[in-house]
Amino acid sequence: MLQRIVKAQLWSLTGFTIGILFFIIFFISIKGLPQITLEFLTSNPVDMGRSGGIFSTIVCTLYLIFVSLMIAMPLGVGAAIYLTEYTRESRLTHIIRFGTECLAGIPSIIMGLFGFAFFVMALGLGWSILSGGMTMSIMLLPTIIRTTEESIKAVPYELREVSFSLGVTRWQTVTKVVLPSALPGIVTGIVLGIARCIEETAVIIFTVGSSLRLPESFFDSGRTMAVHFYILAREGISMPNAYGTAAILILSILFINLSAYYLARQFLKKIC
Amino acid sequence: MAAKIVVKDLSFSYNHQRVLSAVNLMVEADSILGIMGPAKSGKTTLLRIFNRLCDLIPHVRIEGEVFLDGENILRPGLNVDRLRKRVGMVFDKPVPLPRSIFENLAYGPRLHGIKDKKRLEELVERSLRLAQLWDEVKDRLNESAMKLSGGQQQRLCIARTLAMEPEVILLDEPTYGLDPISTLKIEQTLQSLKESYTIVLVSNNTWQVARTTDNVAFLFMGELIEYGSTHEIFTVPKDKRTDDYISGRFG
Repeated sequence: MLQRIVKAQLWSLTGFTIGILFFIIFFISIKGLPQITLEFLTSNPVDMGRSGGIFSTIVCTLYLIFVSLMIAMPLGVGAAIYLTEYTRESRLTHIIRFGTECLAGIPSIIMGLFGFAFFVMALGLGWSILSGGMTMSIMLLPTIIRTTEESIKAVPYELREVSFSLGVTRWQTVTKVVLPSALPGIVTGIVLGIARCIEETAVIIFTVGSSLRLPESFFDSGRTMAVHFYILAREGISMPNAYGTAAILILSILFINLSAYYLARQFLKKIC
Repeated sequence: MAAKIVVKDLSFSYNHQRVLSAVNLMVEADSILGIMGPAKSGKTTLLRIFNRLCDLIPHVRIEGEVFLDGENILRPGLNVDRLRKRVGMVFDKPVPLPRSIFENLAYGPRLHGIKDKKRLEELVERSLRLAQLWDEVKDRLNESAMKLSGGQQQRLCIARTLAMEPEVILLDEPTYGLDPISTLKIEQTLQSLKESYTIVLVSNNTWQVARTTDNVAFLFMGELIEYGSTHEIFTVPKDKRTDDYISGRFG
């Protein structure tokens, strides 16, 4: 009897969590999906976003994701490889790990301020996708390092021994055996990073700005979808367009998640 | 017969614990040396010194010398990757790489610079034939190696080592956990291999050592108790501990 009660309780807790997720998706979709037309996606905002579409904010978001990942991926994956394959546990690795944990704990508004003071002002990059991308990449590093490290550690040690015993160097072992097996975990980190770039607002307002023009290079300022949504809703400019943007935000995160996991699984099937 | 590997006063400690003390040993070329002894006697450690896989363990201390064809393989600055190409190893657990059968075998040679597809194919076929696995897998070389049975996987591992065209093959309890038929096949493989390879076999199975080896080293608590021809050791062991071990009174 007790078993049943506990089971029912646990089930309802799980159901509640999932329920909230579906409610949010449902709510945003009901309000936002009707706004989404091809024109909404392909035309630039007009009159501060009261009419027109969100094309420039989509482009800005994609640029931002690109720059952030181009910086954070090599740094994060490289750091994780160093921590797991090239050092033994020592005081130094503990300090590095502690440092990345602290980095993860910094509130995004503070990161935004830092990005503004350092990249925008001190380095003179101005409000630009480059400033924002570099600030974002600092925020993505802890997640990418952590997920990559975990997935590298999960690769059986025997595989490395086999590779070494065949006279294969450590670097070749890492690239040919360890990283392919760890790929799903690495992809997870990157997907989380992309989602973070899509959803972040505080950092972006400080570093990329909120200009509505279509960014032409990484040195231009711009407005990402999340910031656009925030300004539209916050300043009551246009609720329908805000919901339309929100729906695109949520759908794109869903799409990225699903396709990344699908690709990772296909890849695993191929090598196993 | 010529000596392929000569071990001189080899001691090995790990975290200040002695694992091997002053071992002197010789491995004859083109023969099978069996290393037997109870658990924790240092068999695996000795094997892993021969291809310097012991380098992976932190806080170790090695003293003494190990010569492969007259060259001290413990000297600093030795090219370990080249040594491991010459001295192959098969582990107690079959560990196929998460790749196809073909790619498992081609992995090592390719990274050692053999790019020619024809040459790789020949190498794969020859190695699989030597390991007596060719007939079972020739039609599915592109299938995942994970799908093979345990015994097949272990023969795949032997073939993978052979594909490197090594001079010495180290085997660490290669039939551990395998069924009798797979075990028999692997023992037959070893017999046919010893004509052109020097083999060192660590085994807990005393009868396997008696059946397959030419010479035997008996290790006990990190010391070499007795070393001699298999026939001698199994008929007239000099040391009482060897006698006790092979007649199953301890170990």
